[in-house]
Amino acid sequence: MYTAEMLESIKKVEATRDARLAKVMAGENPRRMTAEEKDAVLAAFHPDHIKSQFAELQIGPNKGEKVPLELAEILQANSRIKPSEIDLSRTDIETDVLIIGGGGAGSAAAIMADENGAKVTIVTKLRHGDANTMMAEGGIQAADKPNDSPAQHYLDVMGGGHFKNVPELVYKLVHDGPECIQWLNNLGVMFDKEEDGTMVTTHGGGTSRKRMHAAKDYSGAEIMRVLRDEVQNRNIPVVDFTAAIELIKDEKGRATGAVLMNMETKEILIARAKTVIIATGGAGRMHYQGFPTSNHYGATADGLVLAYRAGAPLLYAYTLQYHPTGVAYPSQIFGALVTEKVRSIGAQLINSEGEAFMNPLETRDVSAASIIRECKERGKGVATPDGGFGIWLDSPMIEKLHGEGTIEKRIPAMMRMYLKYGIDMRKQPILIYPTLHYQNGGIKIGANGMSDVENLFVAGEAVGGIHGENRLMGNSLLDIIVFGRNAGINAAKAAKEIDKLGKPTLKHVKDFAAEQKAAGIKTDKQSPILLPRYTHGNPRFEAK
Amino acid sequence: MSNMINIYLYGKKYEVPSSLTIMGAMEYAGYQLVRGVGCRCGFCGACATIYRIKGDTELKTCLACQTQVQDNMYIATLPFFPLVKKPYDIEKVKPTEQIMMQLYPEIYACVGCNACTKACTQGLNVMQYIAYAQRGEYEKCAEESFDCVMCGVCSSRCPAGITHPQVGLLARRLTGKYLAPETEHLKNRVDEILRGDCEAALKDIMSKSVDELKDMYNNRDFEK
Repeated sequence: MYTAEMLESIKKVEATRDARLAKVMAGENPRRMTAEEKDAVLAAFHPDHIKSQFAELQIGPNKGEKVPLELAEILQANSRIKPSEIDLSRTDIETDVLIIGGGGAGSAAAIMADENGAKVTIVTKLRHGDANTMMAEGGIQAADKPNDSPAQHYLDVMGGGHFKNVPELVYKLVHDGPECIQWLNNLGVMFDKEEDGTMVTTHGGGTSRKRMHAAKDYSGAEIMRVLRDEVQNRNIPVVDFTAAIELIKDEKGRATGAVLMNMETKEILIARAKTVIIATGGAGRMHYQGFPTSNHYGATADGLVLAYRAGAPLLYAYTLQYHPTGVAYPSQIFGALVTEKVRSIGAQLINSEGEAFMNPLETRDVSAASIIRECKERGKGVATPDGGFGIWLDSPMIEKLHGEGTIEKRIPAMMRMYLKYGIDMRKQPILIYPTLHYQNGGIKIGANGMSDVENLFVAGEAVGGIHGENRLMGNSLLDIIVFGRNAGINAAKAAKEIDKLGKPTLKHVKDFAAEQKAAGIKTDKQSPILLPRYTHGNPRFEAK
Repeated sequence: MSNMINIYLYGKKYEVPSSLTIMGAMEYAGYQLVRGVGCRCGFCGACATIYRIKGDTELKTCLACQTQVQDNMYIATLPFFPLVKKPYDIEKVKPTEQIMMQLYPEIYACVGCNACTKACTQGLNVMQYIAYAQRGEYEKCAEESFDCVMCGVCSSRCPAGITHPQVGLLARRLTGKYLAPETEHLKNRVDEILRGDCEAALKDIMSKSVDELKDMYNNRDFEK
């Protein structure tokens, strides 16, 4: 399946493998970079630092700040509706808590809002469970081992995020972590355990303790299908194939519902609620800077657009996570995620010459930048037929370190994905390159989960600030549970304070359009874009 | 680059590059997908697909995002299949045989045709995990069904009307909650946190300046 050139390079990887294995067994991996070395590689090679790829926002709450070009375009684009044509006097869905998004955060929020006595409705633009949560492979962090502590976890999170994280949110994340693992366990999530019940935990990039809990390499899928089942058991209504395209506010400026659109029939529906939770996830399908993505088909930053137009400021919207190990080859799965767990359990990053050029468990931003440098500056990447490059992830090391059968037992999804294209990762290394993976920034919230717009809560990847400028592996699955539950509880509480719904208005949409006009922004782009469009190079559709 | 081949989407012929997945080929043909597309990485089960190569008698099943097109492939997607989901209270059920009998009695009507296993897009031994469920061996059922993406293809092929993915899911939740060993270190840490034992250390570290934190971070010890 590999090209002749790749097979030549694999020989070099194999030639150094035994010597590298001997070192790893003696507890020696390539040394970690110093703080100065990390700063240097990030500044020169991380996509967040390529100035030409960013634009200054001209309107809205974050006016004057820089965000990726593609995000600036949709944040400042036109609404999909004309407010004057929307009949707000009718109500198609009435509920206490309206949750936009049916992934892990939305589902956790729904369960807790239901638990706290609120009437809940989930609306989601595809199916319930179609979300990045489903695709999270590696695991979920929480400081529950005797040699670990929430404070130790706090230090790792802050350092990984370059100390830009919002301290109150990090406190919440690490403090509630163990309780959330217990909650999931009690819902029936099957964590990997030893026979005596001890959690099987590993390192992730940038962790100082082994606190990565997993369910094989289906960690997110296992969590998502259990949460979805629980939502169904509780009879919480889920309106699927229905996207939120604008928020509705009341006369006091509080969030009080959303304008919805049926994804198939395009019918417009009005949902009214006492409180609203945005749990719309990430933005990988925006393909910032032309990167492929490991994200779900629906990851198009919808929540950021809705919240921004409604006046909620974003935090750190300029920072994205490029996962160091996306698939570089074969082309059919280009950009798909290769879980960090492959490195957690022993595979090293190896260049075309067979050299282990870096410690395999640096933080994700540093790892991605270092891989890009190895290919672009040092010329030690392996060329792919599509004109790209890749670095080897020496997966056969895993079987040598932990015994035959380890790959099938610990990372079965990875093994299956590659086997479909004739690559047996137990015997041959796999070729990787960074892929757009996670939206570090997002909507600004307080510790109660509320944005700066009253009664508009946010949870999950749509939030900014928890992870600073770089998230650690396993802290996203944790964050969707911690902040999903938190938003659900607080949105239910806030809903109880409201006796009667206020007067619905879309004035903020009109105001935003006026601001756009005043700033001289001319665009025919509508947002949220809801779904990407792919044509795979078909000339009939590519021409504009 | 790759050569062009013919495929048939719902019976209609399209010429597409042979390197594409079925999902990619549909998009190349001009479809803007809303149904039958999800994670595009083989985890969500949205893109269950049935196909037959012209001239073959065998009907095959797959995930459209994980399968490369072949010449003369007749393709029909299965974006939705009416599975049966029975509600239950996870706090009240018990991991005994009764619960399966009560919620999914149709599993006892399995005729042993093995069509489910043959159809599984994940290559799982589906009939075997249903057999474990019949006998109340939930841990084995959970293990055997663990990689299920709930695409529903197995159920579409079942003459007994079994909803296999839900049976596996129930067995897994019972296993995770009731049958897997309890984790003492988790319970201890949650108790400590609820008692407030971790508060002082957290408050202390939150009071540090960024420079102090940087120093602590750059000099922290790593568990081997």
